[in-house]
Amino acid sequence: MSAAITLDPRDRGGPAQPLLSVDGLKKYFPVRGGLLNRQVATVQAVDDVSFSVRKGETLGIVGESGCGKSTTARLLMRLMDPDAGSIVFDGDPVGERAGITVNEMRRQMQMVFQDSYTSLNPRMTMAESIAYAPRMHGTPRKEAFDRADTLLAQVGLNPRQYARRYPHELSGGQRQRVNIARALALEPRLVILDEAVAALDKSVEAQVLNLLGDLKSRFNLTYLFISHDLNVVEYMSDRVMVMYLGRVVETGPVEQIYRRPRHPYTRALFASKPTLDPDRRTTEMPLTGDPPNPINPPSGCRFRTRCAFAKDVCAQSAPPLAAPLDGEVADGPPHLVACHLPEAQAAMGANTHA
Amino acid sequence: MPDIGLAATTTDTPVLQVDDLTVRFKRRNTDVAAVNGASFALRRGETLTILGESGSGKSVSLKALMGLLPGYAQVHGKIWLDGREILGLPAAELAKLRGGAISMIFQEPMAALDPVYTIGEQIAETIVQHEGVDRRTAMQRALGLLERVKIPSPERRLKNYPHEMSGGMRQRAMIALALACSPSVLLADEPTTALDVTVQIQVLLLLRQLQQELGMAIVFVTHDVGVAAEISDRIAVMYAGRFVESGTTREIMRHPQHPYTQGLLASTVHGAMRGSKLETIPGTPPNLASLPPGCAFAPRCRYTRDACRTGDVPVITSPTGAMVRCVRATETVPA
Repeated sequence: MSAAITLDPRDRGGPAQPLLSVDGLKKYFPVRGGLLNRQVATVQAVDDVSFSVRKGETLGIVGESGCGKSTTARLLMRLMDPDAGSIVFDGDPVGERAGITVNEMRRQMQMVFQDSYTSLNPRMTMAESIAYAPRMHGTPRKEAFDRADTLLAQVGLNPRQYARRYPHELSGGQRQRVNIARALALEPRLVILDEAVAALDKSVEAQVLNLLGDLKSRFNLTYLFISHDLNVVEYMSDRVMVMYLGRVVETGPVEQIYRRPRHPYTRALFASKPTLDPDRRTTEMPLTGDPPNPINPPSGCRFRTRCAFAKDVCAQSAPPLAAPLDGEVADGPPHLVACHLPEAQAAMGANTHA
Repeated sequence: MPDIGLAATTTDTPVLQVDDLTVRFKRRNTDVAAVNGASFALRRGETLTILGESGSGKSVSLKALMGLLPGYAQVHGKIWLDGREILGLPAAELAKLRGGAISMIFQEPMAALDPVYTIGEQIAETIVQHEGVDRRTAMQRALGLLERVKIPSPERRLKNYPHEMSGGMRQRAMIALALACSPSVLLADEPTTALDVTVQIQVLLLLRQLQQELGMAIVFVTHDVGVAAEISDRIAVMYAGRFVESGTTREIMRHPQHPYTQGLLASTVHGAMRGSKLETIPGTPPNLASLPPGCAFAPRCRYTRDACRTGDVPVITSPTGAMVRCVRATETVPA
């Protein structure tokens, strides 16, 4: 976390200024249907999400499908427009007159997607794909291609062997390395990794995770690491944010979240993780049923319909993110939890860590 | 029978026995050796997990057992189901077995279920086909099955189409469909891979419970070491179409013998590894169209020696029934 040594000439706010601050981010998708194709419902994909990413850290976002983690990433990149909320990049509001434009932000913030194949243009060679964005931003052709070769080498692919190949000629792990090289081509400061290793085999996943670690220290990068894999998030992240049905339920330093989760959902999520130990198999279901449909999320706390502790108050109002109610305070970035009930936060027993 | 490691611990006759199964996909320009001599046996109530990465031949093996491979696939070896040899049976005979004595669940229930029939109709159809009972009885049985797989409000769900259900619910419905005719063997091809972790553990616990109640044998295919540890009695690790190691779940998880198994376990990320570099297996799996002679793992193995690159790799079977296919195992005394 202390890697934010600010030699970067683009640094504006200094080490205390978060690289990215997000406030009140919201995205509702209309659901249309019926005879006249009128809007019949709303999917509340991301509902009032606020967080910040500090310079040089890795913020992990975990959650199950439909929790809004990928929508959040797309909103940050402005691949879609948010309904509400503000994004501040290193002190500059994005898309506002006083701040920087979306294009300027994208030069400093890049993204790697899960599907390594569909995120590459099948008609472009690896070098063309990597050189594309720099050329769009005005880099001369020769320089852009030289740089593509360097980048290929930096992600562990011999440029002589791979620069002229097409996506279908590479394995999944190799293609993901190319996607990482392409994301780095504009020398971004923040890289959003959206399930970037989820489609890879375990032995290849480990290789790519090691590569991501190397590149981070080498280029002073900040990561937003989105994954459903609790083990990978624990390995990669400095801080973790847990999402459920479009809202943040808990956030804090990785050790605190994993050793002592407070939100009943976080505990259930960790307890659902396969154990890797045949003598300590899971015997009870931590949760029953699937996550509810985000089209009609429960009122108040969205987890209350599956929560063993739920009381009337949980249906009445959505709990705000606040310090845990059972008193323990630690140094460093705050541990925050969105839960009304002290007894639910204090409940132990869910053995969460192997 | 080179891989006999998986049998021989009991006198029970196995419900499923596979001997030297090979599958080749041969077409004009390609010759892909997908499965290269897999042998195993399993008893009633036993779960064998085939653990392997993509392209290792684990799913192809299952499809070969079900007779689901395309016409150009060349399948050789012997497969006995309840003592009867089933490889090479005429299509009509095989159709009677599928969904009857042997059935299969898949990763994507949406692709495996028929979108234009309700769940109830699909389950009842299977029962009518195999057992010739009338539709009303079959519908009653379908209701019982949905209860058995713990689908809430089963009467209502019987009338649901697949798209009206959530992912976890669909997976349960597919399990109900597979169990409709009380199979003696259930083949499970990554059935929890597409599910969220809180739903995955529910499905694994359900399968464990159903197996206790119904006694079927399960062949479970997965790439996920954690899932394998939760579900299996025995694990067979597959690499380039061969079992490289097999044994009880405890043997494989605690004392892996084969360098590939060791690498696979070491590169499976868990929290305790924070701050340290991950151990990786260098390189990528071999091209099945041109497998190297000798051990297929040799090009990626840290212990490779000359003997690995030539001829047949020795298979060592321990007194407990554990098997490892590795030159090195002949030299070291197994722990």
